[in-house]
Amino acid sequence: MTDVPVPYLVVDRRPETADTVTLRLEPVAEPLADFAPGQFAMVHCFGRGEIPVSVSSVQATGGLAHTIRAVGAVSAGLCEARAGDVLGLRGPYGTGWELERARGRDVVVVAGGIGLAPLRPLILRALAGPAAYGRVNVLIGARTPADLIDHKEIERWPTTYTGVTVDRPDDAWRGDVGLVTGLLDRADFAPADSWAFVCGPEPMIRATARDLADRGLRPDRIRVSLERNMRCATGHCGHCQLGPVLLCRDGPVVAWDRTEALLAVREL
Amino acid sequence: MTATAAPAVLDRDGLNALVAALVAQGRTVVGPTVRDGAIVLAELSSADALPFGWGVELDAGRYRLVRREDGAAFAHSAGPQSWKNFLHPARERLWSADRTPEGDVSFTADEPETPSYAFLGVRPCDLRAIAIQDRVLAGGRYEDTGYGRRRSGAFLIAAECTEPGATCFCVSTGGGPAADPGYDLALTEMDGRFLVRVGSEEGAELLERVPHRPAGPDLEASARSAVDAARDHMGRSLPPVDLRTLMGASLDAERWDDVAARCLTCGNCTMVCPTCFCTTTEEVTDLTGDHTERWQRWDSCFDLDFSYLHGGPVRASARGRYRQWLTHKLSTWHDQFGTSGCVGCGRCVVWCPAGIDITEEVAALDAERTALGTETD
Amino acid sequence: MPPSIALRMNHALPAEHRDRLLHVAREASFPPGTRLFEEGGHADRFWIIRDGTFALDLHVPGRRAPVVETLGIGDLVGWSWLFEPYVWQLGGETVTPVRAYEFDAVAVRLMCLSDPEFGRAVEHWVGRVLSHRLHAARTRLLDLYGPYGSGGAR
Repeated sequence: MTDVPVPYLVVDRRPETADTVTLRLEPVAEPLADFAPGQFAMVHCFGRGEIPVSVSSVQATGGLAHTIRAVGAVSAGLCEARAGDVLGLRGPYGTGWELERARGRDVVVVAGGIGLAPLRPLILRALAGPAAYGRVNVLIGARTPADLIDHKEIERWPTTYTGVTVDRPDDAWRGDVGLVTGLLDRADFAPADSWAFVCGPEPMIRATARDLADRGLRPDRIRVSLERNMRCATGHCGHCQLGPVLLCRDGPVVAWDRTEALLAVREL
Repeated sequence: MTATAAPAVLDRDGLNALVAALVAQGRTVVGPTVRDGAIVLAELSSADALPFGWGVELDAGRYRLVRREDGAAFAHSAGPQSWKNFLHPARERLWSADRTPEGDVSFTADEPETPSYAFLGVRPCDLRAIAIQDRVLAGGRYEDTGYGRRRSGAFLIAAECTEPGATCFCVSTGGGPAADPGYDLALTEMDGRFLVRVGSEEGAELLERVPHRPAGPDLEASARSAVDAARDHMGRSLPPVDLRTLMGASLDAERWDDVAARCLTCGNCTMVCPTCFCTTTEEVTDLTGDHTERWQRWDSCFDLDFSYLHGGPVRASARGRYRQWLTHKLSTWHDQFGTSGCVGCGRCVVWCPAGIDITEEVAALDAERTALGTETD
Repeated sequence: MPPSIALRMNHALPAEHRDRLLHVAREASFPPGTRLFEEGGHADRFWIIRDGTFALDLHVPGRRAPVVETLGIGDLVGWSWLFEPYVWQLGGETVTPVRAYEFDAVAVRLMCLSDPEFGRAVEHWVGRVLSHRLHAARTRLLDLYGPYGSGGAR
């Protein structure tokens, strides 16, 4: 079936930063199938178009949340949505993080900027079952303290280690300043027995995955979430190709051993 | 499928009756016909509209109609269109949405009346192209519903090749001038008569309704040998190496700069290619602002916006875009869909305004690779 | 020495030289807010952090000195001591309680002079640290988390 959007009601709109909001959505009638952390929906803004957005929260009730940054016409329209508005959603699409595969091992989550949003449901899931996983580390990089999403929540996460670093501090910032990879020395994990989940701008993903691999993480246990233009999300439009990979179908979450060489090719 | 009927032979009246029978069934019969100085695919009301006595003269960047003395209907090569123009049309509404004054939004799938197509004169290369688009658009986890609807109702009458064009190279893509299974009927034109093979129950039923004679072993044998002989008369060929490996190993080749200097990135090759399937979407609203429609239209990897990611295009250079097209077609298509994306029809060669020839480019990439001392086969 | 420090120094400093260096180290502890050096001051010491966080800052009139980078466990604090004119480029203070190995820069420079092999090893180690910091600084210049992923506003 060519998927047709399903109406979802905006039940809450929370501004995260100057250009980013989190919309909590509930199905108007029948919900879509359950989303796994890491999967995405095509979110329709009436009269403007559709964009792919990973879920930043999944509720057992069928409700979910999307954290959206206003960078284009559609995302700006979605960011203006108010509680009571109806959006159209298609999905779930793509691969999830597959946190289950890290059972019994240490978990290293590295997020850059809005890349924290797709990782958030994974972090909550890992923290909800502390017995299932080893040490849980969450490393977050942001542009400025004001650009941090979920900042109130981050402090409450009962992780083994949570590190937050910014590129440019304001006068009130007492935390770390520098690249997110700089936090890896402070995290607590056994590289040979860990899984890593990374999302952020592509150069940050490359640097982080390489650093993790250098420390001894198996490249197939480093999962990264990538982004390309997407129109259909069902493998038919051809836009999201990254060489052999169709990111809407084989991604957005892909293993580093499969991606490293692809990301090294310019204009692939 | 129990298509056990023996090969039959139709004369021109029989062919007329065949088209008439399809029209009588309510089918939209589409086949080759002469229009605007080319052999195009268009709706046919009778077999008389077929391009009897027309052939084509082809070269890189060149297409000319030429008269044929023998009056043959199917002695021409691929034209500027392919069957995707009908099965996977250039523009299609996917769904629409309406908003009530209260703010409720409803979404409606587009389910237009689908023509019941009969395609007459489907070349073996195009038959393979249809099979490839079947895999891409209907063979994965998600089906393109519109494509599936049009495709499942389509009746396919293949026309085998006895006279390949100067830009044909189907043999080096693993195909050939004989029709693979997948057709309902397959024709082989022999001096004004048409040998008919039956490929489906539906094909057999249709054949029963039109005047025909048994083919007889001699005609069948000479048709077979004429088609077999055509294998050796391909106008062009690809180097006999593992193309998938060659492309994968050539991402840094200098040849891309050479071809990028000639390529206009116009996208003609992707428009005429019978397997190129890429599309984009458009949001179309009416004046009230409460009705919006989602339209899909063909897109091309040669378009700058195709790879747009907030900030700019991923494939900004002509080099990057030509490389995407060719490596996708011959290599990464295998990874994505388990098959090559090229059937060797030669359309991209003919309709390139700069005369860029895929076979020449692949040969140059192979030569560059060989010169580096790395064998790819 | 904590394993993570050994690991990080090992990348750049062979064990024998590392041991020689640590032999002249003094263990030091600083409460939060201790300023260890100021821009323009004489660079006569350096540290390797064993625990805690240290901030490098730059004086800007009219506001609290903005932090350009924070350093943590295993990090080298200070490199100006190795290069003439031995003057601090930045200021620095502890953010948390910090435990560190403290080194007398003059003594280490003399060791480098008297044992060229040791000198080369130390210079190589500091060079690695510098290249790493330069790379990090350049990456941050890109403003990757900006609205267009460093693509710039269009």
